Amino acid sequence: MPVLNVNGTTYQIDADPATPLLYVLRDELQLNGAKFGCGLGQCGACTVMIDGNAVLSCVTPISALEGRRVRTIEGLGSLDNPGPVQRAFIEEQAAQCGYCIPGMMMRAQALLERKPAPSKAEIRRHMNANLCRCGTHMRILRAVERAAALMKVK
Amino acid sequence: MTGVTRREFLTRGGALIVSFSLAPAFAADDPQNIGKEPKKAPVLPGSLKNAPLLDSWIRIDANGAITVFTGKAELGQGIKTALIQVAAEELVVHPRAITLVTADTARTANEGYTAGSQSMQDSATAILHASAQVRAILVDLASQRLGVPPHELTVHLGTIRSRDGRSMSYGQLVTGETLHVDAAMNSPLRNPRTRGVMGKSMQRVDIPAKIAGTPIYVQDLRLPGMVHARVVRPPSYGAKLASVESARVEKMLGVLKVVRNGSFLAVVAEREYQAIVAMRELAKAARWQEQPALPPQTGLYEHFQRLPREDFVDLGGASELATGTGTIRATYRRPYQMHASIGPSCAVALLQDGVYTIYSHTQGVYPLRAAIAEMLTAPAERIRIIHMEGSGCYGHNGADDAGADAALIASAFPGRPVRVQWMREDEHAWEPYGSVMVSSVRARLDGANVAEWQYEVWSSTHTTRPPPAGHLAPAWSIETPFAPPPPKPLPLPAGGGNRNALPGYTFGNARVVHHFVPSSPLRVSALRALGGYHNVFATESFMDELAAAAKADAVEFRLRHMQDERARAVINACAERFGWSQFKRARGRGRGFAYARYKNLAAYCAVAIEVEVERESGHVRPLRAVAAIDSGEAVNPDGIRNQTEGGIIQSISWTLYEAVTFDRTRVTSRDWSTYPILRFSNVPESIEVHIITRPGAPFLGTGEAAQGPAAAALANAVADAIGVRIRDLPLTRASVKAAARKR
Amino acid sequence: MSRRTRLDFLLVLVVSILVFLALSWRGEIAPVEPPKRFDAAQIERGANLAAIGDCVSCHTAPEGKPYAGGFALRTMYGVLYGTNITPDPQTGIGRWSQDAFVRAMREGVSRDGRHLYPAFPYDYFTRMTDDDLHALYAFIMTREPVSARTPEHDLTFPFNIRLLLSGWKMLFLDRQVFAGDRSQSRDWNRGAYLSETIGHCGACHTPRNLLGAERKRRHFAGGQAEGWHAPALDASSRAPMPWTRESLFRYLSYGASERHEVAAGPMAAVVHNLGAANEQDVRAIALYVASIMGAPDEARQKRAEDALAMARENLGAADVSARSGQPEGGDDAAIEAGGEIYAGACALCHGSAERRPGAPSAEALHLALSTSVSLQSPGNLIRIIFQGIAPPDGEAGPFMPGFHGALTDEQVAALVVYLRAAYTDRPPWPHVGREVRRVRQQLARGH
Repeated sequence: MPVLNVNGTTYQIDADPATPLLYVLRDELQLNGAKFGCGLGQCGACTVMIDGNAVLSCVTPISALEGRRVRTIEGLGSLDNPGPVQRAFIEEQAAQCGYCIPGMMMRAQALLERKPAPSKAEIRRHMNANLCRCGTHMRILRAVERAAALMKVK
Repeated sequence: MTGVTRREFLTRGGALIVSFSLAPAFAADDPQNIGKEPKKAPVLPGSLKNAPLLDSWIRIDANGAITVFTGKAELGQGIKTALIQVAAEELVVHPRAITLVTADTARTANEGYTAGSQSMQDSATAILHASAQVRAILVDLASQRLGVPPHELTVHLGTIRSRDGRSMSYGQLVTGETLHVDAAMNSPLRNPRTRGVMGKSMQRVDIPAKIAGTPIYVQDLRLPGMVHARVVRPPSYGAKLASVESARVEKMLGVLKVVRNGSFLAVVAEREYQAIVAMRELAKAARWQEQPALPPQTGLYEHFQRLPREDFVDLGGASELATGTGTIRATYRRPYQMHASIGPSCAVALLQDGVYTIYSHTQGVYPLRAAIAEMLTAPAERIRIIHMEGSGCYGHNGADDAGADAALIASAFPGRPVRVQWMREDEHAWEPYGSVMVSSVRARLDGANVAEWQYEVWSSTHTTRPPPAGHLAPAWSIETPFAPPPPKPLPLPAGGGNRNALPGYTFGNARVVHHFVPSSPLRVSALRALGGYHNVFATESFMDELAAAAKADAVEFRLRHMQDERARAVINACAERFGWSQFKRARGRGRGFAYARYKNLAAYCAVAIEVEVERESGHVRPLRAVAAIDSGEAVNPDGIRNQTEGGIIQSISWTLYEAVTFDRTRVTSRDWSTYPILRFSNVPESIEVHIITRPGAPFLGTGEAAQGPAAAALANAVADAIGVRIRDLPLTRASVKAAARKR
Repeated sequence: MSRRTRLDFLLVLVVSILVFLALSWRGEIAPVEPPKRFDAAQIERGANLAAIGDCVSCHTAPEGKPYAGGFALRTMYGVLYGTNITPDPQTGIGRWSQDAFVRAMREGVSRDGRHLYPAFPYDYFTRMTDDDLHALYAFIMTREPVSARTPEHDLTFPFNIRLLLSGWKMLFLDRQVFAGDRSQSRDWNRGAYLSETIGHCGACHTPRNLLGAERKRRHFAGGQAEGWHAPALDASSRAPMPWTRESLFRYLSYGASERHEVAAGPMAAVVHNLGAANEQDVRAIALYVASIMGAPDEARQKRAEDALAMARENLGAADVSARSGQPEGGDDAAIEAGGEIYAGACALCHGSAERRPGAPSAEALHLALSTSVSLQSPGNLIRIIFQGIAPPDGEAGPFMPGFHGALTDEQVAALVVYLRAAYTDRPPWPHVGREVRRVRQQLARGH
């Protein structure tokens, strides 16, 4: 039975080891932050972090997660106590429908943990893997910059 | 209480009285209605006319909790927040004190669809007036109870106080039937110059939960005992299921049932991934009969213009205008384009004790209910549809069909909630698209003025929203199928294919002809801005071509033909903020300008864009965009800004990249690799939106106002950069490269 | 050695060096004013040749302006930078006369007389006709001038001594215009001309010696480019489905052919540009290359049938262990682990026995038909797994996500071992784990 470590907690998952992480997060663990956007690794709505890397959970089977650390936006903070990236997105009102935003935040978090002071161009290039259809891009970029500033203060 | 005049409820001390005696459908500044008499019978404002009972909109319970009901749905456009602001303003309470309930056939009024940028005009208007009247009723009650005339009472944060310090709370004043009264014609609206909540960029109430990952979307809904279903969609429109060997799939791990109803094929499983794997196996086991029924992709426009059509002269008379020498002509064309919602459609349906409960992100819970009732031959009263958010839909996407899928499967698998999640390929291939459109424009100049203007547009329908059942794709596949009814054009002033076909400018003589093409090879319906996107693209591109022929500046040329003061204000504001007259020419760079009033009766919007074009590759890089918008009284300025930025970026994507592809049998745009859209790599460096707010003025629909102007501004900027005009959308690398070679 | 012999030897050495220097010296060709007018038809011809030659790839930096240089080519001798060949007078070649341009293309000498590194494949361009060289000049001189200074090459000693290149040329540069083969058709000759001159296919697809010169007798036997293996285009081709002129044409035109992998690595840009080239020319190139590959022999045909059958049945992980004929020496634990990863990460897309151009990503080619899985070493496969495949932004095209963050090195290695065992009958690759680590390091360094 595959064992997962998600946001610091260990879970035993009774599911086919070929099951992509996305469905396990959403259906077994009730962690609905990561979203189903395409299931093909093209849009980034399912982005989570694994061992500090931004990863597309819809094409990552749980069989590959033994001994690795998974983080989702539920691990970045909560409604009452949002983390810096989440606070930045709220302050910038960086959402329209909001569906792509958890994936955006995880990708941003992965960047900022590696590179605390990225340039505008670096942010753009890094976020390029994630799609937004509503056109919230400008706010998302500003939110990532703001998150970098907030994380620096910490 | 009905019929009693509300005059005694008017609060004095600076309150503004608005008597709503004109029908909302009659827009005084609608060019069609100029000179006509207003309708005789006055109607209630906004959606109150269909749902006049005040407690359809506002309920206050004994402990003072306020619930506001809207028949509209949150689509990510921020409507929940705006409506809360409106209610909070007129009820004089803190926004946090209000709970907003959105579209639910069991709880809210029928406000049709959340579409056409009508939500502010319909629902906000209704809630504005209803809240004001509720406040007045409460003041009246307090006056009676406290024995004090109304004008000596103050209203603040849910409490009504007399000068001597006695008070009563809303909760104390309200009893069961207090608000169960019809709205009156007059509403004691508060002074728009002293707004407390409206006009502020209040943070959106729905964002924190979305940021935290709280299950908000219908895709996140998990009910006890819920099962997962997937539909095996036909490979093309009209494909028939000849046979399916489902025995092997029925034995797969977790599979509970294979549902077959005619050509409708689905599988139900305990777990989601089991359903996906089973669906793929079932797809392999299915044999379909298909017909090559699609036109060739190359030659699409020629094919389209040869289809049978109905002609409507929307403006002008029978004789043609702008013929003969000196006529300038152009033809603009736009392919099928799609909503491509980032979250594929989803619905959850439960059939229990003969009642269907369906959770859907449909734009219209009541219309969908009627359609599903017809499809299932079930009474509408036994179907409840509750709106839950989906991802941005931008019009009629797969949401209604997913609801129908779920209902069909639930009827074959009752007793447990059934969740149907569309796959990416389902959404891309089956959602209804924005129609292919062709415009032929010609004009004759008299000096630097447009003496004659003739605009003709070819389009299929821009609405196939349910009802009836024949508009639900699953209903085409079932054993006793429902055929779509013959499409009809949407009437002006709003229009469909002819939305914004009437120029907002004043020309010597103008004629507009709408060629409505009833048949459509691909499935089409409402896509954000409807015909407005293409018609504004065409009109505003042509205005630039005329300006060039007249050797006039693009902005100045537009102002010369524009009488409407509000339009002139946005045009000037945009040009000034862009720095239009100080623009420095640089190699490979261009600027473009465009203006339109959405539907000729909603928000006014002007957009200016600067681009850089790389001739070698044909790559168009949008550098910056500046917009000015007038939405009447701005309830939430940041909401307007967000929608306008979003509309500009989405329009850039449509205009530079998007065209649905197909072969002779099937749609081939099935995922992001076959239908690419704008990514971060090519969004502008900056987008500025300048809002002109007019307190007290009617709310004007905003969500679709930027699409058309942004497209034309972009096209005009590219023409400016390379010196050659491209008239076919999208402005792909190949077409820009080919055009740039001509110079 | 006697004193006399030593003196003689020294004399010969000195004279040789002097002769060498004399032969190596190239004068500067006087700069000219940037020419402006060219015949439109000639520019068109030049554009077609430039598309076939894929000049833009080596002469454009990532996110840089076309032809403005700055592209870093990493070789075992160090880093070379593609130069700015826009007609900018100061930083590009705007002041080059046609003669200077032709000399560079034919002799590998810059306008100012410096010898050029054969990373710029003048050993191919030297075979072009005068007409074509002039057409190319017309095209290049009418590009958008861009002011961009190209960085100096960063090469290890002694490769940074340009003079030595003269010696290299003496040994390896065969300056003859392409002659053709009278016994072949006109189309074949056209294809041969394009491939062997401006197309410079062999520059990547032919193995080289330690001095960086091609092994002429193993023309098209496979080479390398930018860390990727450029597969063999001769009879030793390892493509499971043998290439035909038709399938090659489709691949070169659309970047994919029904029963072959999509173009990846540096080839992706090549086919992207070929898509803009004259269709008849691309067909001719396909005809020529197919003729070099030759018709498949019986063993190859049998292998092809087996691969196609496997793809059609779409064998999954569970079926692998039951397969007969599995070669000895497979790492069973890795195969099993890799099979599980394949089932969850790859199987959902990679199940199609054929992949039509324009097909969506969910209809990706079954890997039994993949050339990468059949090559002598797993480098290409590992790169694709790490990086994925993506079309240029805004363009439609094959898309595969990269797995570098999702999978550890061990997991990628297991997956690679599984794919080799499950979908080919070739011997297992040795040292897969080491290869995976090596590729990851290369990618981290930017190549």
